[in-house]
Amino acid sequence: MYIKELMQIISGELLTNKIPDLSVKVQNVYICDLLSWVMSHAQKGDAWITVLTNVNVPAVALMTEVACVIIPEAIKAEELTLKKANENGIIIIGTQLNSFEISRRIIDSKLLS
Amino acid sequence: MSTIKLKYDIPANDFVAAGEASSNVKKKLAQIGIAADKIKKAAIAMYEAEINAVIHANGGTADVEICLDRVVIAIIDNGPGIPDLELAMTEGYSTASDNIREMGFGAGMGLPNMKKYADKLDINTEVGIGTKVTITVYFI
Repeated sequence: MYIKELMQIISGELLTNKIPDLSVKVQNVYICDLLSWVMSHAQKGDAWITVLTNVNVPAVALMTEVACVIIPEAIKAEELTLKKANENGIIIIGTQLNSFEISRRIIDSKLLS
Repeated sequence: MSTIKLKYDIPANDFVAAGEASSNVKKKLAQIGIAADKIKKAAIAMYEAEINAVIHANGGTADVEICLDRVVIAIIDNGPGIPDLELAMTEGYSTASDNIREMGFGAGMGLPNMKKYADKLDINTEVGIGTKVTITVYFI
């Protein structure tokens, strides 16, 4: 599914400035809040759900080449994090939903390739 | 292609700067057309080593050499050294403080991740002197 479709499904709000590449597709979902674990296991094209909002999040997203970061449960992202994400073309989406509800909606959409 | 040499400072307690060197190397490797899976291996291993230098050793330096067939990344610090390297290599073992854990690090996976992603990993460490981590990723 495309990022815009994902945002619609999870009632998401784009926290970073823009979607640098509209053709980017989300292929899977990965949920974890331990950064080294994420670096060891997240795959390119994942939508990564994390409650972490510090400046290391965009760095890890960049290294793992995830399609986007989703911050659940209306957690506020730090300004520095969004700034660094914007500089590196990382997409961060915020939503009111929790991680399980995000996953359920994505699965129910049947849009994952 | 001649060898490309890059040098970075890794400032102490600066997590913003810590990602800069690895992402810069990542971009450099992409520019010269290295395969994406090799870039990912090098970038993740280097990022883990940088973060370790920031967390444990008051920063350090990164020396990167990109050759035709490999990238060699040396992260050098003047930190406390690793008293028991075998123990430090154990997945889940960490000496990171609570505030580091709150940032999402300190899971005891930094060194195991370096081992996982590097094709060759050399660690020279001496207590009270410092640590040199050398990561090699082959392109072919």
